[in-house]
Amino acid sequence: MKLRYAVPAGVLVSSILFAGCGQTGTANQQPAATTKDAGATTQTTTPAAPAPNFDQAVAAYRAYATQQCDTFVKKTEEFTNAVKAGELDKAKALYAPARMYYERIEPIAEALGDLDPNIDARDGDVDAADWRGFHRLEKTLWEENTTKGLDEFSDRLLSDAKLLRAKVETVNIDASLMVTGAVELLNEVSTSKVTGEEERYSHTDLYDFAANVEGAQKIYEILKTDLNQKDAALETQIGERFEALQQELAPFKEGEGYVSYTKLKPEEIKKLSQNLDALAEPLSQMGKLLGV
Amino acid sequence: MKGFKRQKRTRQEPQQRTDSREEQTDLVKKDAKLEDVLLENDVLSAKSKSVSRRDLLKLAGVGGLGLLLGGGGVGAVLTASQRLESMMTDADTKDVVPFYGKHQAGIVTPAQDFICFAAFDLTTSDKERVRSLFKAWTEATATMISGALIGNDNENLNLPPSDTGEAAGLSASRTTITFGVGPSFFDGRYGLAELKPAGFRELPRFQGDALDDQWCGGDIGVQVCANDLQVAFHALRNLARIARGTAVLRWTQEGFQRTAQADPAGSTPRNLLGFKDGTGNPDTSKADEMNRLVWTQASDGPAWMGGGSYMAVRRVRMRVEVWDRSTLGDQEDTFGRHRSSGAPLGKAKEFDELDLAATSPEGKPTTPPTSHVALAHGDGSINILRRSYSYSSGLDKQTGQLDAGLLFISYQRDLFKQFVHIQEKLARNDKLNEYIVHKGSAVFACFPGVSQGGYIGDTLF
Repeated sequence: MKLRYAVPAGVLVSSILFAGCGQTGTANQQPAATTKDAGATTQTTTPAAPAPNFDQAVAAYRAYATQQCDTFVKKTEEFTNAVKAGELDKAKALYAPARMYYERIEPIAEALGDLDPNIDARDGDVDAADWRGFHRLEKTLWEENTTKGLDEFSDRLLSDAKLLRAKVETVNIDASLMVTGAVELLNEVSTSKVTGEEERYSHTDLYDFAANVEGAQKIYEILKTDLNQKDAALETQIGERFEALQQELAPFKEGEGYVSYTKLKPEEIKKLSQNLDALAEPLSQMGKLLGV
Repeated sequence: MKGFKRQKRTRQEPQQRTDSREEQTDLVKKDAKLEDVLLENDVLSAKSKSVSRRDLLKLAGVGGLGLLLGGGGVGAVLTASQRLESMMTDADTKDVVPFYGKHQAGIVTPAQDFICFAAFDLTTSDKERVRSLFKAWTEATATMISGALIGNDNENLNLPPSDTGEAAGLSASRTTITFGVGPSFFDGRYGLAELKPAGFRELPRFQGDALDDQWCGGDIGVQVCANDLQVAFHALRNLARIARGTAVLRWTQEGFQRTAQADPAGSTPRNLLGFKDGTGNPDTSKADEMNRLVWTQASDGPAWMGGGSYMAVRRVRMRVEVWDRSTLGDQEDTFGRHRSSGAPLGKAKEFDELDLAATSPEGKPTTPPTSHVALAHGDGSINILRRSYSYSSGLDKQTGQLDAGLLFISYQRDLFKQFVHIQEKLARNDKLNEYIVHKGSAVFACFPGVSQGGYIGDTLF
């Protein structure tokens, strides 16, 4: 798939060079900046340039994902045990914190076919007959205020969580997945968490919000050194915007968790959303790392 | 009062007859003499042929409507006003889309630059008043698509003008106005329940739908298209005005695409995600194809829908912020086409054949099976006529993001065999679903065309 784009990019480079010649008459008179830009672009397409090696970064990310999965299974089990034991308040308290371990590594689950819908589908995302996972439990816990009738959903959620843990060992992770995954984590926030649609019964959207951002930040941190070498200004900008978003989230912390989404004022939601877009835009430029 | 009015009108009659709408306003202000008016007309017509045509019609003291429709009448008027004959050119008529015919205009008509769409709800329970509304709308439509002012009270200082006036002096701009009725029209209020087409109902809830009542449904759907947004708005506004007391606006949406000025070649328009949209549309010049795909046949039942078409409308919000940070590779895999050329993946030209069986050397499909084009095309046996427009409606107040997207409109002979069949596949698997969300939905049974002396919907009533 990558090859498909390498060819037109090469053509583009040569046409830029030709356009430069045409405008200035002779190559010698080209403005310094043009020469420099064209040179830099050409360099990335030259086969002689060493292929960036992300083995270490990938290994670091796999270790992170595995560790998150381990805790995810443990916390999910505590949650489902509480549901099955009929401990409503305890189940409600454990629900959102358990989900955070999943939300941090969601792109991994998305790469694993049906696992993401099975664990995390919201009402309407899938056929009613197939709907299960966290949000199915959420609906009954909060809407009906009961743990009754949830045993089977609880068991399946736990087995799906364990399946995720087993598969994370073998899932194909590469730098491209990491880079797009970081952006996808923020897209998740942008499309459902910031609007309160994700946790429509429990209103614990800010837990997911924070976890998605942390998951994206982890990827940035792993790739930070490489990115700095490639584009220091971009690396700095991304770092600053992560910092800004974290600061903006800070006032909504409450104990170990976050306040209910219903407590957010309209202008606070809007500001969170727009700052998120402000971060996601430069973050999407991390793909520069991957070359052309 | 009445006497005074008549006197005034008599005094102003010459001005009335020379009415190009724009000048009319000016003239009332200036109280200019007839000679000046005619002079001004000549100057204007030199500038704008399409204005001159209306001047001609008005000067002859005949309503624009009858003239436009009766070929013989035009000749007669021309003889009567020789000095204006030279104003008639081909350019004048090219700007007008004929109103009468077997089918309503605005369906297979090449898409104009702008749309003003409106869904109305009826507020009356009297069928006769509904019939009267359609008659009044028919008359207004025939007049407005010709570029003329509606009504007879556009000069009377003691009355609000019968035409709202913002399109005065503007060309007809290829305006079309297309009418249909929604499932709720047949709910029994008007004794028409048994005439409801079999199975005609609001669309089923598709997977991932996030419909918002404020953009859904309607007893009546009206699609106004024109090559000028102000002309289109004018038409919709006047229809809403005529409907007051009988029907109210339920929801509206304006839309646009690239204009002919920006793209004189008329290439396939791009949607707001930057991709060409409409490449796979059926060829509207092929009558057989249109009969197979678009026009409901009398034999399909009910008889009143023969020559009509079913319209599906979906207000599809695009998550443009999210799209803008997706890589070109992802974007192209999502659509299944190259962004720049519009060609199917792996092909060079926009209209190169889509080959869903093609694979890469590694054995992967060249076009992802869940790409938009792969799912929408399917096995190629089911198609619809798309006539969509982009929309931009300011901000989503909650998130501060752009509320922009696609006002999807399609016409088909059978709503469920065609549109619903395709949309169910798309709703389940389309990669594009990550970047779009369906917010509005409506369906309308659009009447067949109107013949002279008839009115829109007369086959039903």
